[in-house]
Amino acid sequence: MALRKLIVDGKEIEAEETITLLQACEQAGAEIPRFCFHERLSVAGNCRMCLVEWVGAPKPQASCALQVKDIFPNKDGTPAKINTASPYALKARQGVMEFLLINHPLDCPICDQGGECDLQDQAMGYGRAAFHRFNENKRAVEDKYMGPLVATIMTRCIACTRCVRFATEVAGVPDLGATGRGEDVEITSYLEKAFASELSGNVVDLCPVGALTSKPYAFNARPWELKKTESVDVMDAQGVNIRVDTRGPQVMRVLPRLNEDVNEEWISDKARHACDGLMRQRLDRPYVRVNGKLKPATWNEAFAVIAAKVRETTPAKMAAIVGDLAAAEEIKALKDLMGALRVTNLDCRQDGAKIAGGPRQTYLFNSTIAGVEAADAILLVGTNPRWDAPVLNARIRKTWLAGGVKVANLGPAVELTYPALQLGTDIAMLEQIADGSHDFAKVLGDAKRPMIVLGSGALTRSDGAAILKLAAKIASDTGMIGPAGSHADGGWNGFNILHTAASRVAALDLGFLPGVSSDGSGGRDVAGIVDGAQKGEIDFIYLLGADEFDVAHLGRAFVVYQGSHGDAGAHHADVILPGAAYTEKDGLYVNFEGRVQRGRRATFPPGEAKEDWAILRALSEALGVKLPYDDRAALLKALETDVTHFATLNDAPVHADTSAATWGGIGEAGPLDTAPVTAAITDYYLTNPIARASETMAKCSQELVHGATKMAAE
Amino acid sequence: MLADKDRIFTNLYGFQDPGLEGAKKRGQWDNTKAILALGPEAIVDIMKKSGLRGRGGAGFPTGLKWSFMPKEIKERPHYLVVNADESEPGTCKDRDIMRNDPHTLVEGCLVASFAMRAHACYIYVRGEFIREREALQRAVDEAYAAKLIGKNNIHGWDFDLYVHHGAGAYICGEETALLESLEGKKGQPRLKPPFPANVGLYGCPTTVNNVESIAVAPTIIRRGAGWFAGIGRPNNTGTKVFCISGHVNKPCNVEEEMGIPLRELIERHCGGVRGGWDNLLAVIPGGASVPLLPKSICDDVLMDFDSLRAVQSGLGTAAVIVMDKSTDVIKAIQRLAYFYKHESCGQCTPCREGTGWMWRVMTRLVQGDAKTGEIDLLQEVTKQIEGHTICALGDAAAWPIQGLIRHFRPEIERRIADHMKEAAQ
Repeated sequence: MALRKLIVDGKEIEAEETITLLQACEQAGAEIPRFCFHERLSVAGNCRMCLVEWVGAPKPQASCALQVKDIFPNKDGTPAKINTASPYALKARQGVMEFLLINHPLDCPICDQGGECDLQDQAMGYGRAAFHRFNENKRAVEDKYMGPLVATIMTRCIACTRCVRFATEVAGVPDLGATGRGEDVEITSYLEKAFASELSGNVVDLCPVGALTSKPYAFNARPWELKKTESVDVMDAQGVNIRVDTRGPQVMRVLPRLNEDVNEEWISDKARHACDGLMRQRLDRPYVRVNGKLKPATWNEAFAVIAAKVRETTPAKMAAIVGDLAAAEEIKALKDLMGALRVTNLDCRQDGAKIAGGPRQTYLFNSTIAGVEAADAILLVGTNPRWDAPVLNARIRKTWLAGGVKVANLGPAVELTYPALQLGTDIAMLEQIADGSHDFAKVLGDAKRPMIVLGSGALTRSDGAAILKLAAKIASDTGMIGPAGSHADGGWNGFNILHTAASRVAALDLGFLPGVSSDGSGGRDVAGIVDGAQKGEIDFIYLLGADEFDVAHLGRAFVVYQGSHGDAGAHHADVILPGAAYTEKDGLYVNFEGRVQRGRRATFPPGEAKEDWAILRALSEALGVKLPYDDRAALLKALETDVTHFATLNDAPVHADTSAATWGGIGEAGPLDTAPVTAAITDYYLTNPIARASETMAKCSQELVHGATKMAAE
Repeated sequence: MLADKDRIFTNLYGFQDPGLEGAKKRGQWDNTKAILALGPEAIVDIMKKSGLRGRGGAGFPTGLKWSFMPKEIKERPHYLVVNADESEPGTCKDRDIMRNDPHTLVEGCLVASFAMRAHACYIYVRGEFIREREALQRAVDEAYAAKLIGKNNIHGWDFDLYVHHGAGAYICGEETALLESLEGKKGQPRLKPPFPANVGLYGCPTTVNNVESIAVAPTIIRRGAGWFAGIGRPNNTGTKVFCISGHVNKPCNVEEEMGIPLRELIERHCGGVRGGWDNLLAVIPGGASVPLLPKSICDDVLMDFDSLRAVQSGLGTAAVIVMDKSTDVIKAIQRLAYFYKHESCGQCTPCREGTGWMWRVMTRLVQGDAKTGEIDLLQEVTKQIEGHTICALGDAAAWPIQGLIRHFRPEIERRIADHMKEAAQ
């Protein structure tokens, strides 16, 4: 990479020619104020706050808009001199700051941005401290409607257009724009239409002033009151990095954390705004069903009832199902407990996905999220990444913007925010691609780094195993299983499973799948358990936060529900054990790439609720099969011994297994079903108990999912 | 004074036929093939030697600008874009060229496009210019019909000329905003660099030139760089269409020698200032955006880029706005401030916020409803805008006010004092 010498504030540096002068100055240790510039958005150069002095240039230069390659050396060949803090540069910035403030309302005391406002902060550095001298009336701007998540106080807007650029470039939803000219410029949504993106909440973070703030969080807290905890999101399986801001026992808001490999700095609206669900519908004490009604109970009473039921039930009639939000700790504890009880009817695939354990890479998103940017052709099968993993979808869009990756979508035609060849909903199309007769097979074959992404919409079908087999064949035939190594080192693995449940990969890693009992018969999967319960062949079912399957049809089976929310599972439970939500416990989560990440406790579980692994540990004692770990450290040790990769945090596994045997062993050949491919998620905003308890998510669902459907039908 | 034989626009007043036949009689399209036979390099060289400076206002040497274009057509096509978005208040030269002498422009487009290896040229016509666009389109159609331009034309350089009608925004006369508008986007200036010669229309190498700069090119090449350079003064060569409006007896467009004394220009061609030269108050010598000049300077200033720059003004588009002593000069500049406030695109902060501020202060100054200190404030605000914006509209908004304060500060102070006296009574 070409370097160019610059002298920034008297310090000679060598900067890459492709970066902006602003970034080069920062590398030299200078601090450059800015409003419109954002690393992940196109350069607008409109706020003029980043003006610096280029010695010899006739006027101050907007450092965000100049690339280092544009800074030519002086005539005598010496490096160009840039002054970022000279009186000349400061005066220019002070002028800009004054202009920004003349029409900005002085409503900081009632502004939600207060305390974390770029304008406030920079006004401290560049404002006219003495007095204001703008004696005219200030401009007022009508507020706009931008949907249930983004509150607008447009008088505060400084027209930096970050939100417009985010909507257009990253979210791929051109719903925002600027109308009017001159001082009448207004940022607006399209005719009072909600900002229809799953990433809309990010504009609140991007807005450098208080023009766009979070609607659900409005007037709730000040940033300095909040305790900040770095954690991991569980609303989808991407494991986006979040910061949980709490005040006392309450999660006030969730913000993104920077992680280039996972989420850059975006998070989905569900990750951000489902947090009000943490305060609703909570299970805060154990319950036991007496005469058909749930009655509050003590932990010991609840354990006694369970123990009594377990004693009278044979292992073959017992079952356990892991829900979508569980952390690895409790999955491990439940597995060990069920192992001690010799129960083999275990499953983590509530949706009935036909993923069958096996080598790890057969159920992971092997390309890795960052690797998507290297792909040049993508076949989506039974997935709408916009709903299954919105931040991943933004990554695909980024890839498309950068180089026009060719995408084909086998499944319901949806607006993905990038052009995709819609292959329809006939799964037979996959056979045509597999045998090379379809045009897109050639696209995949010609691509250097082709990808296939299998979503739940395909894997949960009755012919899911056959689809997997075909997908593996396509992968081998089109060179998706390339050389070993990470994509950065030239390796490539384009075979991807896109999970939607945050617990799924950890549970698969831990083998929470139907086992083989001592008499040699195989354990039941979720469908088998439901079937067995209806037929009276299953008498005892332990649900670890499992609400997403047919809980209502468990017949007369005795159901223990351990979880955080009074959702479907709890309604049909005979004993309820109150657990902790993801913000209330330390836990390891494995995202769909196979990346192990640590979630941290931000608050304590409400009432008598406990951390989930601890509940299982206590229950094991009551059942007479005491689990061999007394604290989380011991549990982690056991976890790491069991599955070694749990010892390595934050890394996605590197593609190493290129053997044909691995990829040939995926799925089972079989006839394909004629039923159309459908979406796995029918309502993005209501996919788990926390989201369903959230008022905000309910509003979003009503407006953005059902509102939209109604319009389409009209 | 310019001799008739040295005029380029011989039908500026529309006394003759603006059509192709008439144009040919006036010497246009005369063996254009021979011009193209010189080759692009030679044409650019002639333009450089002629000393022609861009007629759109900034006065950038045209030949030099042309030479910035890549020397070979690579994967991206080249474009010539002609800026006919003549919106600068007081300026009306391009409209007469398009109305009455459109073939000078059409021929110029072919020659300039050839010199810059462009096979396509767009003329962006100001939204308000309906008849001008029609006249220009007629000329283009004639040229197509006569196979002067188009595919397989008689000149051997495939060339398409498109007349694009704008929607009427001053900012679209800024070259990069013009390109944005031409691409169908909102007319907002782009950041430079990259410059249009590298990344212009649709991301391709593009040169944007003023109508007059293009229209004079064929004649310059026919008659030689030396002829053009011999007119006017060094570094300010050639002829120029001046647009004189305001308080003169006969407002007109006239093609004159560069460097003609302002007084001579007004008295010879416009019948003098209304009520005589001594009745002159001030002149804005180059369109609304340049600082005005009081009579004392007007007495002997020469009308060219360098002379006017020396008196802290500019030639701009050479639109001379004459104001006699009946003029409320503060009101006049306040009206210009309103114009810039109205036409600011709103993209960048200093211009968006500053033009409104200046207009409001100016509005109060017209009544004198201000404190004396606000004159300095206003001056400082203009300095905070000038040079801090993406395009030159910010500068253009600041300069007239700076000119006013520079030359008419006592008048402003007097008005403030009067207002205070009135208020006290």
